[in-house]
Amino acid sequence: MKLERRIVDSQEWFADARLVALWAKPAAICAAYAVREGLLWLELPGKSYPDLSGRFPYASRMQRAAADLYGVSAEGALDRRPWLIHGDADYPFVRVEGEGVHEIPVGPVHAGIIEPGHFRFSIVGEQVLRLEQRLGYTHKGIDKRFAELEPLEAHKLAARVSGDSTVAFAWAYCMALESAAGVEIPARAAWLRALMLERERVANHLGDLGALGNDGGLAFGLAQFSRLREDWQRASNLAFGHRFMMDCVVPGGVSKDLDAASLNSLFHQCDLIERELRVLRDVYDEHPGLQDRFITAGRVTSDLAARLGLTGLAGRASAQALDLRCDHPAAPYDRLQVKMATHANGDVAARVGVRFEEAFESLRLIRILSSELPGGEARLPISVPQSGYGAGWIEGWRGEVFVALELDAGRISRCHCHDPSWQNWPVLEHAAMDNIVPDFPLINKSFNLSYSGHDL
Amino acid sequence: MWKIMRQIARAGIATEPAPASSDALRVEAERIQRDILGILGRALTIREVDAGSCNGCELEIHALNNPYYNLEGLGIRFVASPRHADMLLVTGPVSRNMEVALKRTYDATPDPKLVVAVGDCGCNGGIFGESYATCGGVAKVIPVDLAVPGCPPPPLEILRAILTAVRRCQPASSGRSSGT
Repeated sequence: MKLERRIVDSQEWFADARLVALWAKPAAICAAYAVREGLLWLELPGKSYPDLSGRFPYASRMQRAAADLYGVSAEGALDRRPWLIHGDADYPFVRVEGEGVHEIPVGPVHAGIIEPGHFRFSIVGEQVLRLEQRLGYTHKGIDKRFAELEPLEAHKLAARVSGDSTVAFAWAYCMALESAAGVEIPARAAWLRALMLERERVANHLGDLGALGNDGGLAFGLAQFSRLREDWQRASNLAFGHRFMMDCVVPGGVSKDLDAASLNSLFHQCDLIERELRVLRDVYDEHPGLQDRFITAGRVTSDLAARLGLTGLAGRASAQALDLRCDHPAAPYDRLQVKMATHANGDVAARVGVRFEEAFESLRLIRILSSELPGGEARLPISVPQSGYGAGWIEGWRGEVFVALELDAGRISRCHCHDPSWQNWPVLEHAAMDNIVPDFPLINKSFNLSYSGHDL
Repeated sequence: MWKIMRQIARAGIATEPAPASSDALRVEAERIQRDILGILGRALTIREVDAGSCNGCELEIHALNNPYYNLEGLGIRFVASPRHADMLLVTGPVSRNMEVALKRTYDATPDPKLVVAVGDCGCNGGIFGESYATCGGVAKVIPVDLAVPGCPPPPLEILRAILTAVRRCQPASSGRSSGT
């Protein structure tokens, strides 16, 4: 992956490419774009900048966050309400008016064991006319906290941006630091990181597939998949010493090398899980009640997905063929030929289907990663440069995770972590439209977006 | 249907074997089950509140419901409203944006109530600490009966904490519960 960074003026601020992330500094705004060669990182100095939300609708909330955190504002932006810093003032939701329209406010404390956020449904009867989200409830000041940590310790904070994507964020942070330091990690380290990343993908897909079955009325699915997920996490704990492999990706490589016996058991666990997964996929596919709930629910057409910038797993389920493991494969993915899973329909059924396909593909990758792991060191010492910058870009289970890092005087001067949920939360508002309220939990779960990763 | 039945039969009962000294959790759980009944006269109900966690703790709390830990088999259940709850299970360093919601949830929970803070963040703010955006732990906002460290604590430790909190509720601390 090639990274190009440019300081630009407002004329050069627009790039003809896909916007990946937008973040602010005390007196500048930065944007990362996906270009053919890799990443293009633009920085525009000043306290204001030309609005990007006209072209990239999902930039709107990032711009509001930039204004909240650093007082850098988008000129010409339509929506300038605060986003991450709530304060005491009432939040002006958009009102839907008309005969029989009423509102259902939900959250921030939800009914299930999930993260906090507020959903404002405007409905007639059972039908959702409009959904408006209000997020930021888990805002923890992560961007500013980074500057208080040592560069060689801050991967632990990245690992806690979104717990379900701990490997992806830790890897992206370490990739940014390693590129700033000009260090190439040993092949064995990259392979072990990929092994963990694919295990994280499978763990999340197993969890989601069970929860989706449950939300569709098939409790059997939850019992079966949660059993498999527990088996999976216990194996991660045995091999890596942590059920989520948290803090196992460290600057310079990985904290724990695996011996032949561990690799062998991870290899063989794939057979067990795959066998069960095939049985369960048949059960899901052939279950009329479940399919009735899944098919057409929460549909995002490929056209809408393209216009709104839907990305990651949910994007692929709406025919958006983007996967960093295929498009910009970092080692070892450049040697694995990952098969991308896509679907044309964009409904809950499609997002379920993509999860199954991706889980099977990850099992295939884990078999290769555990059986053909190169020898050598699993970690190199890193010396932090006095100044510099770097970026990390990793296809996590939810989509592309991006980290921008700047160093000054051997310390972190700015670090920003970007979760694909920024792109996908606004699309969920569209996915819910015209559906019935009782289908919302199912639709929401089929996206399973991160609150913490977004709220930072 | 045949495939479902066959899968259920093949998977068997995953819940980890009961009695005997080999399974300390189970033994403890059975004793606590009597404690809960003694105190509350019914099953324990829990309202989980994420007060700004990274969602790692939520994943492990979810795991308590899987067949291995089988929380409901112990008579303990997660409920949708604090008004139905005996215990609040709170995660996260308590973000400033969740401070009011957490207090309101606490106030909405009927007495006697228990509060268990889960994870390093719940204990003391964890890696996020105390800042313009975080309060630095659950006890800074509402009274806490028990804090379980870990990042995240594994399900077994969360379960142990839930059970321990209930046992602590007997005579010694019942004054605190009824007094709030």
